[in-house]
This record gives sequence, C-alpha cells and structure tokens, in this order.
Amino acid sequence: MDHPLLVSYLRWIVLFPLIGAIINGVFGAMLQKRFGKKAISIVACSVIGLAFIFALRAFFHLVSVEPEQRYLLDSVLRWIHIGSLQVDIAFAVDPLSGIMILIVAGIGGLIHVYSIGYMRDDEAYWRFFAYLNLFSAAMLTLVLADNLLLMFVGWEGVGLCSYGLIGFWYKEHENTTAGNKAFIVNRIGDAGFTLGVFIIFWSLAESGHGTVIFRDLSHTIHYLEGQMVWGLPAATLAALCLFVGAAGKSAQIPLYVWLPDAMAGPTPVSALIHAATMVTAGVYMMARMHFLFSLSPVALGVVATVGALTALFAATIGLAQFDIKKVLAYSTVSQLGYMVLGIGVGAYGAAIFHLMTHAFFKACLFLGSGSVIHAMGDEQDMRKMGGLREKMPLTFWTFLISTFAIAGIPPLAGFFSKDEILWQTFSGGHQFLWLLGFAAAAMTAFYMFRQVFMVFFGENRADEHTQEHLHESPPVMTYPLVVLALGAVFAGFLGVPIALGGSNIFEQWLAPVFAGGHAGPAVQHHIEATEYILMAASVGIAAAGIFLAYLMYYRRSVSPDIFTAVGGGVPYRAVFNKYYIDELYHATAVRGTLAFSWLSLNFDRYVIDFIVNGVAKVTARVGWAVGRFDDWIIDGLVNALADVTFGIGNRLRQVQTGNLSIYLYVIVGAVAAAQFLPRIPVEVLLPVIMLFVALVVVIGIALWLATRRIPWRLMFTKEGVSQLR
Amino acid sequence: MDGLLLDIGLRHFLFVSLAVFVLGLYCVLTRKNAIGILLGIELILNSANINYIAFSHFSSGGYDGQIFAIFVIMLAAAEAVIGLAIVLGIYQNFSSIDIEAVDSLQG
Amino acid sequence: MPLEALIFYLLAALTIGSALVVAFSHNLVHSAFSLLGAFMGVAGLYAMLAADFVAVIQVMVYIGGILVLIIFAVMLTHRISDVDVSNRAVGRIPAALLIGVVGAVMGVCIGSAEWAQQAEIVASPTTFGIGEAFLGPYILPFELASVVLLVALIGAIVVSRKEIRGQVSDG
Repeated sequence: MDHPLLVSYLRWIVLFPLIGAIINGVFGAMLQKRFGKKAISIVACSVIGLAFIFALRAFFHLVSVEPEQRYLLDSVLRWIHIGSLQVDIAFAVDPLSGIMILIVAGIGGLIHVYSIGYMRDDEAYWRFFAYLNLFSAAMLTLVLADNLLLMFVGWEGVGLCSYGLIGFWYKEHENTTAGNKAFIVNRIGDAGFTLGVFIIFWSLAESGHGTVIFRDLSHTIHYLEGQMVWGLPAATLAALCLFVGAAGKSAQIPLYVWLPDAMAGPTPVSALIHAATMVTAGVYMMARMHFLFSLSPVALGVVATVGALTALFAATIGLAQFDIKKVLAYSTVSQLGYMVLGIGVGAYGAAIFHLMTHAFFKACLFLGSGSVIHAMGDEQDMRKMGGLREKMPLTFWTFLISTFAIAGIPPLAGFFSKDEILWQTFSGGHQFLWLLGFAAAAMTAFYMFRQVFMVFFGENRADEHTQEHLHESPPVMTYPLVVLALGAVFAGFLGVPIALGGSNIFEQWLAPVFAGGHAGPAVQHHIEATEYILMAASVGIAAAGIFLAYLMYYRRSVSPDIFTAVGGGVPYRAVFNKYYIDELYHATAVRGTLAFSWLSLNFDRYVIDFIVNGVAKVTARVGWAVGRFDDWIIDGLVNALADVTFGIGNRLRQVQTGNLSIYLYVIVGAVAAAQFLPRIPVEVLLPVIMLFVALVVVIGIALWLATRRIPWRLMFTKEGVSQLR
Repeated sequence: MDGLLLDIGLRHFLFVSLAVFVLGLYCVLTRKNAIGILLGIELILNSANINYIAFSHFSSGGYDGQIFAIFVIMLAAAEAVIGLAIVLGIYQNFSSIDIEAVDSLQG
Repeated sequence: MPLEALIFYLLAALTIGSALVVAFSHNLVHSAFSLLGAFMGVAGLYAMLAADFVAVIQVMVYIGGILVLIIFAVMLTHRISDVDVSNRAVGRIPAALLIGVVGAVMGVCIGSAEWAQQAEIVASPTTFGIGEAFLGPYILPFELASVVLLVALIGAIVVSRKEIRGQVSDG
C-alpha cells in the first residue's frame, strides 16, 4: 500500500461506459431512428463489456502480485492543488475495489443484456441505455476513486442517474415524484457526507496532515485522536457525518423512505441500482473509511444499532406488502441493514461478503420479478398472480434458488454471508443486536417464501385475458437470470468459514485492506462451539419461517387473519402502512419546509419590499420637499435679488432729473462738502457716514417693499403711486 | 488797519478773486438760462486767472502763472465756443434755452 | 502808495460790481454787457500785477472774442423767446447758503494762511519771457492748446451745422 503499482488502463473502466453514455445520449435518438434499437444496445452493452474485461484485467493483475503490493494506481489528471489540499483524478484498485468493480461491471453488464429484452417496446430506449451507461460510469468512478472528493463525484453521479432512471417514465406524475424523493433524501445524506469530509480534512490540516486520499488517510487518520471539533471528538463527529451519507445512499433509518418509492422505475433499474450497486455505495464507503470508524467506538455503536434496527424494521414492513417489487424493496433495505450492522461491529470483510452475495441473489430476484411483471402485462399485485411455475419455469427456478439464498439456507450464498455477520455480531459482544438480526432473518425467510408461494404456486388469480398471454421471457432476459442464479449458488463458497472447514478466501483476500483496523478480527483464530449453535439456530429459524409460509400460502391451512387480527388489527395496519413514516415525514419535514418557504416569500413580499418601497416613497417625498425648497426659497431669493436691484435702480435713476441746475448744485455741494471732510474728526465722521448708509439702505428697502405691491412698470408713475395709496 | 487796507498785498487780490468766484458760482447755480450759466463760468475762470497772476507776481518770480493764465484764456475761448454752439443747438431743437425745459434725459 | 491802493480799489470795485450785476440781474442782456465791465476790471488788475501781456490778451481774447460771441448768442436767442428771458433764479436761498459756506471757508483760508511772498518784487515787461517760454519749456502745451482750439472750432461747426440741417428738413 505504500508503494502503489502505477498503471494506465484503469481509466478505461470508467471511460468506456462514459463514452457509451455520450454516444447514446447525444446521438441516441438519431441512431435509434436510423439503425434501430439494435445499434443502441450494441453500443451500450459493448462498452460495459469492455469495462468488465478491463476490470478482470485489473483483478488478475492484483492476483499476480504479492498481497502487500496489491494496490494499482492510475493517475489520470491533475485536479486540485490549493494549499494543503492536493488531490488528483486518480483511480486505484486494491482487493476491496477489485471485488467491487467486478460486481458493478459484471452484474451491471448482465442487467444491460436483460434490459435489451425488457425495454424492447419502449420508444425512449436510447435514453434508458444512455442513463444506464452513465450510471455505470459514475458507480465505477465511486468505487475506483482513490480519494474522497472523486468518490463524491461518483456518489453524486449515481444519485443523479438514479433520479433520471426512477423517473424514467416521467409522463406519469408519481414517477417523477418518486425520482424527486430519491434525489432529495439522498441530498440530505450528501450533506452529511460532505460535512464529514470537511471535518476530516480540516482537523487533519490543523496538525499539518491534511489529505483526502485514502491510502494517505489510512496512515494519518490517527492524528484525529483527541482532537475536538465544536466540543465533540473529531473522529466521532466525522464518522457520524459520513454515516449520515451512507444512510442516505444505503437506505438506513431514517433515510430509507426513497427506496420503496423508487420501485416506480423500470425493473432493471431496481435490479441494478437498488439491489446490486448504488445502495451498496454507502457500505463500500464505510468499509473504505474503516480506519476512521475504528477510531470511534461510539460511531461504530451507532452504525451497528441503526443497521440492526433497520434490518428488523424493514423486514416487518415486508411481511404485509402485496406489491411484488415492494416486498423486494423492503427486503433490500433489510439486507442493507445487515451489511451496515456488519460494518458497525467491525466485521468489514463479512459486510462486503454479504454485499457481494446479496448483489447476486437480489439482482436475480428483481430481474425475475421483472420477468413476471412483463408476462403478467405490467401487473404487480401478487394477489392477482399465482401458478406461474408452469408457465415460466426458468424464471421460477432462478427465483426459487435466489429465495433460498436470501433466506440463508446452506449451502447457498446467503447463508455464509449472513451467518458470518451474525456470528461476528454475537462474538463481538452485541448480543441484543444479534437478536434483532436473528429475528429479521426469520421474517426474511417467511416473507420471501410467502412471495414465492403467492406468485408461482396455486391457481392463477388473474383475469382471462392476462392468463392467455402468460409466457416465459425471451432468452435475452432469461440468460442473465441463470448466470445470476449460478452466482447465488456458488459465490458463497468464497467465504466458507474455518468453522465449516473452509479457509474463508474472501476474508483473506480482503485482509490487507482492513489490516490497519483496530476493531474486528480480520481472520478467525479459533473455532468456538457457540458458532455452530448460532449457525444451527439461524438455519432452524429460517426453516421454520419457510414452513409457516408454506402452511399459510400453499396449504392455506393457517389463515393470515390470525396475525392480522392481533391487537385489534392495529399492528397489522401499522405494518401494512409502513408505520406511517412517509405521512410523518410529510407532516413534519415537507410541511415545515413549505411553511418556511411561504414565510420567506411573505417576508420578502411584505417586509423587504415594504422597506424597499418605503425607502422609495421617502426618497420621492424628500425629492418633492427639495423641489419645494428650491422653488420657494432659492427662487425666492433670486427673484428678491432681482427685485431689489430693480427697485434700487428705479430709485436711483430719478437722480437724473435732467435738470442742469440740480446737477450743478450737486457738484458744487459735493466740492464744498469735500472742503470740510478733512476737518471733521474721525469719531464724528464715521458714525455720520454709517448713519447715512443706514438711511440709504432703509429707504431702499422701504421702496423695494413698496414695489411688492405694485408692478414694476408702474413704478413712480401716477397710477402706481395711487395704487400704493 | 491802515497797513491792511493800504498796503496792497497778495491777500487783497485773493479776496477779489474770491468775490468774483463766489459771484460766478452763484450765477451758475441760480440761472435758468443756459447762457447765464456760461456767464457764470466765465467769471469763475477769470477769478482763477487772477489767482494765477497774483501768485505769479507775489510768490514766484517766473512767468509760470502768466503762462497758465494764457492757457486758461485760450481754453476758455474754446469752451465758450462749444458751449454756445450747444446752446444754439438746444435752442433750435427745443425753441427755448430754459434749462428746466430741456429735461429729455430725465431718468 | 495810496495811489496804488486807490487804483486797486477802483479796479476791484469795477470788477466786483460788474460781477454783482452779472449774477443778480434779471435781464440777461444786462448781465452779458456787465460782463464787459468785469473783464475790463480784471485786465486792469492784471496790469497792476505787472502782467502786461496777459492783460492785453485778456482784452483781446476775452472781450474781443468771447464776450462778442456771448452777446451774439444772447441776441440770437433773445428775440424769439420771451423778452424777459426767464431768468428767474432757481433755488436762491440754498445757493446763497452754499455759496456763503464755500466763500466763508475760502475766505478764512485766505485770511489765515501764511502766504509765501517774495522779498523782491520786480515789475518788468513780460512779453519776451512769455514768448520764450512758449517756444521753450511750454512748447508742447502750446501746440496742444492750438490743437484744442482747432478741435473746438471743428466741433462747433459740426454741432451747429447738424442743427441747421435738421431744421431745414423739418421745415
């Protein structure tokens, strides 16, 4: 891990599906029109096939080197290099991601092939495959990313594609609503994820070890020990934030509500996204960041508890559902709960093991249900089904095998993986959680076989028309079912525990990845008797569940009413209505958000606009007042000045009497007076002059005031003077 | 007293000139007739001349005063000519040389 | 000395008397003619002051030129208008007051001032000296004065001529 092997072909695992998505997305409509749907499917399936081939190549490359050296790195582009944040677009394959890319590309490829048949009659064929390819590219980016930021790019990408695919038949309003719900709930998770990334980077950067690259984080994460963020331990806070993100993607309480609604999308979508790949992203991310979770027992405890509770909670809801896909949806939530429980008790390898086996049988179950729905003419209510065993044998057998797997019956895959988790839980000291998981396992067996009996056995309860058209699906749909069923049978043998004589290759394979972890035993050291007892118990309870289902839905000797009538029917109704969780969310979160937006609108409309309009009005008033001021005072002053000047001039011109003798008088008088001026002492002269000036001013003002009352042109004419009187 | 009256000195001439001046001034101020005013002006100029000559004779030995007096006479002639031309012009326009009647320039 | 005083007082009486007539006469013709007496008296005073040339100039120019001109003007404007040319004085009292004040002040000045007087007063013919002065230090004013006279002459002609023209066109 310290010395990654540098390669350059990992990028093609992501690039091929991306190229396919671009071709089908940009040119899809035209290609489909010109060359038909075949062209689309050739493009789409070949790119995913190529991705799988390259994934195989990477896997075998890993196999060919020593366990300590199993780390391939393909650094594609220089991305962000700012300050202490140094991150590139780089893909890395280690044992963990090696398994993941095989699952994504392999099972994804099978689902691509299945979709050729399932979506045959849909006109938006090209859009579907474009989205499928884009989804694959995003998921592979998520898995192959060598750092948290690039993983987040893939994380968001799968969220976007799931939105597009769930709401694929967007003309129906409820489909778009389901797509919105998925995206919005995921968003809440994403907020937690980003918050977690920030806390990690920020806290590490404080001690100079800021990084988001996984292989570096695994070495430097211990610097988080003892650090506090906002009064809480940094490691716990970061781990819990990341878990919020995982809960959103992997549908744990309380963010699971989108997954059942997501069944509105086409069945291949449900198989790919909501069984095998996207929902596992959360589990994968937590496994990647195991070193962080190991630092915080508190966080691990929370994770385990939530996982166990989710497993049981979803199982109870699944007991009462009648929609074939809804049953599978809740079982997915429940199985994801198992995986999260595995992470929570430190059984990282077991959790990934269950992830892999679940991918096989759940995908097979979903595709099988798709086959059934297709044959039933898009009918999804199990009450209208029945007796499809004869009409669709291949679908029936693959479905049955997968159901045995999910119920945890040996030697099928589900037994090994689920049991491993339950054993690790019990031996890790979490007996109560084990009990929850144990109960959930019982219920899982029951409701899955309830589904099998209702759908494939008994008399068909559909109408005549539908019954006539019942047929097996075409090979393009059944071949993937077979492959997946084979996986469900044999995949388990990769993880046979030591207790049963195996060497748990799976656990060994993943050991280098989880070696740095503190909690959880990587490899079993010794065999305990308890393990056998627990194994027997879980098989036994599963068998009991199957038997009860057999009695209730095949033999019809036990009526469901026994259970539905318990407690006055209240528990049954609660379970049937999914504990009214959706209604609760609507009443609180949705209503609350809408109320807040209504409040903001009105705040803006009445307060902000009021202020703005008020300011405008005040400005207008001030402007008006200034205008008045200008008119009255300024103009008044100017006019007054003009009037005074005119008035004084008016008076002064009368000095020009035209009378020569007066002029002479004035001249002589002035000269005579000038004789005296030097003789008068200043104390007498100045006051006299000032008196004289004052007199002139007073007379001037008095005359001007007189002009106010008569027009200028009448000044000092007879009429004017008479008017003054 | 005897000396004052009989001993003719500068003062005597100055007093004469003063008397003429005052009378000339009175003429200027009180006459309504334009020519009458000119008469007064001539008297004033003459009084000024007497002053010049008297000072030239008593206070200064040179001819400056007399030369000034000659200049005054010359200019008085010029001024009288113009003045009388104007008076004639006024007479022709207003048919009167009453200065109170020619108040067209009244402001 | 008494002779000198006597002559002086006679001349002074002539001058001032004529001036009084000029100032207070109601008849303009009387005023104009008594101006003759004033001029004569002044000429005599000039002669007493040994300004022989100036005295002669006074007689020739003032009496012979200006006075004649004035009498011409009086005669020209006298006949058409009122016989008794409105010679009423305007505002006699204020004038008298004013003049009284001015005269009093100036009289006090003359009386109380210490006038600088030459020690020796020599009476000699002045013509030669004046002539030399006019062509010597005072040549510029002399020439300018002749220009002024020319201008006055032209101006008088121009002013009078316009009036006559106006009248011809009116009539």
